[in-house]
Amino acid sequence: MSVTMVTPTRPAGEVAPRNKQKVRPARIALHVFLITTAVIWLIPLLGAVYTSLRPYAETSRKGFFSWPDSLSFDNYTDAWSQGEMARHFFVTAIIVIPALVLTLMLSSFVAFVVSRFSWRFNIGMLLLFTAGNLLPPQVLVQPLFQMYRRMPMPETFLTPRGNLLNSILGVILIHVAFQIGFCTFVLSNYMKTIPKELTEAALVDGASVTRQYFQVILPLCRPALAALATLEFTWIYNDFFWAVILVSTGADRPITSSIQNLTGQFFTNDNLVAAASILIALPTLLVYMILQKQFISGLTLGANKG
Amino acid sequence: MATPTSTVPPSAAAPPAAAGKRRRLSQISGRDRLILVVMVSIPLLLHLLLVWVPAIATVVLSFTEWDGLSSVSDIAFIGLKNYWEVFTVFDNRFFPAVFNNLFLLVFLFFGPTALGILFAYLLDKNIRGTRFYQSVYYFPVVLSLAVVGIIWKSVIYSPSQGLVNTVLGRTAEGNQIDWIGDQEKVFSFPLPGLDFDLGLSKNFAAILVAMAWRHAGYIMVLYLAGLKSVDPSLREAASIDGCSEWQTFRRVVFPTMKPINVVVLVITVIEALRAYDIVAALNTPQGMELMSILVTNNLVGEGGGNVGRGSAYGTILLVMCIGFIIWYLINNYRQEP
Repeated sequence: MSVTMVTPTRPAGEVAPRNKQKVRPARIALHVFLITTAVIWLIPLLGAVYTSLRPYAETSRKGFFSWPDSLSFDNYTDAWSQGEMARHFFVTAIIVIPALVLTLMLSSFVAFVVSRFSWRFNIGMLLLFTAGNLLPPQVLVQPLFQMYRRMPMPETFLTPRGNLLNSILGVILIHVAFQIGFCTFVLSNYMKTIPKELTEAALVDGASVTRQYFQVILPLCRPALAALATLEFTWIYNDFFWAVILVSTGADRPITSSIQNLTGQFFTNDNLVAAASILIALPTLLVYMILQKQFISGLTLGANKG
Repeated sequence: MATPTSTVPPSAAAPPAAAGKRRRLSQISGRDRLILVVMVSIPLLLHLLLVWVPAIATVVLSFTEWDGLSSVSDIAFIGLKNYWEVFTVFDNRFFPAVFNNLFLLVFLFFGPTALGILFAYLLDKNIRGTRFYQSVYYFPVVLSLAVVGIIWKSVIYSPSQGLVNTVLGRTAEGNQIDWIGDQEKVFSFPLPGLDFDLGLSKNFAAILVAMAWRHAGYIMVLYLAGLKSVDPSLREAASIDGCSEWQTFRRVVFPTMKPINVVVLVITVIEALRAYDIVAALNTPQGMELMSILVTNNLVGEGGGNVGRGSAYGTILLVMCIGFIIWYLINNYRQEP
């Protein structure tokens, strides 16, 4: 094969032609390595599942590597009721769903304007959003905490203390403010790949800006939005820092940050803790299993330039 | 299409190819312009108010003394006193925290980041079961680091029945290894001017393994996407020229991956500097001090918090990561005018 012959670059997702050569020792070694690491990778999770299905009295007597006398979901029901997990899951839902919708909506606004219209501040704004998203949250937590404490709010369900501290609204807002950065970056890269002619044509037809956004651009962004929604769901769901810092009463925290109370409560019972961890991890694991493709493409969109 | 804008030099926002076709704001009706302004200003204001204003305020407040409870007018400027206190022996948690953050950074880089790149490279060969391996290596990434910490603590590192102690035969009472509690140093070294040795605690080392478990898959996915976009003819040319596999990767593939390399490096650095969840979820055992923990320790406390000190820690954290953030931005936006 000549060196100068240019093979087209493989599109993402497509794989290289499989090598047709015979089984070589190197290939076997490769598989041994991959299988070994895969097993090691699975051990903590499978170990947690196995432990969580057995009573503490049994594992502490017979040890980790032992045939089970009994397998049951008792630890799960105990963790669910003792950890008041229904309540924590409810708090999680009323934080994650609005935060997710707002993040995607607002960042698609910015991305739409930045990618469709020449504006002097476009690049500066993108830089600001991208950099803001990369800041460690601890850099802003001290002033933010004081700002939240002094931000007067009506005493409603979303802000029960009359300010943004210890409030669901406060947690939602910081998630939105932070995550807009990443989503704007990804969506603007994505929208730049949509041909200009589409909105030009819409403009010629007299379509307003809102119509261009809702009826031309947004439908075309469905893959990117789906990928971002999956990714952002896990990120906001998995948040520990903001909820622990901004919500001082353990009972009002969303599920991931309630894990701190759980481990204090179930201090000695590792099996119960394992069951609680699995329950907390379950939503994200399920989303991952069902929407793995979205996950990967979301991350990839974020890492590559559009 | 020759719109009036095509005569204008490419504006700050548009890539050169698209600039001519991109409309300028002046061509749009007043009502539409108003809508566009609203679309941008709400997210922008929210982001500025809750991210950048506090980030700048952290720097300002680091030069002040304030308990956070009294009114804003009680904030007193005290110059560099907070930093002086942080950097002198007065505070014996700062240097261990910086050491842990930096060690975490180096560890992530040479451990799971390198491993993730290796995974990506091997899986890019399109061997049987690629999808399976990819799913397995990646799944810890969807777990919160707090949950990761708790799972490892209760399953792998449990003193009485954990996997590690079981394998080592150390589960008997009195003979157990307390992986999360043992702050004995694996290695340590003296630092001039410091009256105690810095080093890596056993419990922090144990936690590093759990973090590696989660980090490698993340890097693998990012790198795999990059590898897929490398022109295969480059590799062919290299192999025809007699390069070994390692040389091909080192001299041909790796350099063409520079944008992804920067992303991976910056993500690793930021992950190392913002690390908080796993340690806080374990209630911050001695030996696991981190910069992020020092910031939040000063939030509230008896007689209010110590906003000035906490902000000084926050500012130091900002200084540690700002260079990498700028590098990332340059890497990402350089090709646009």
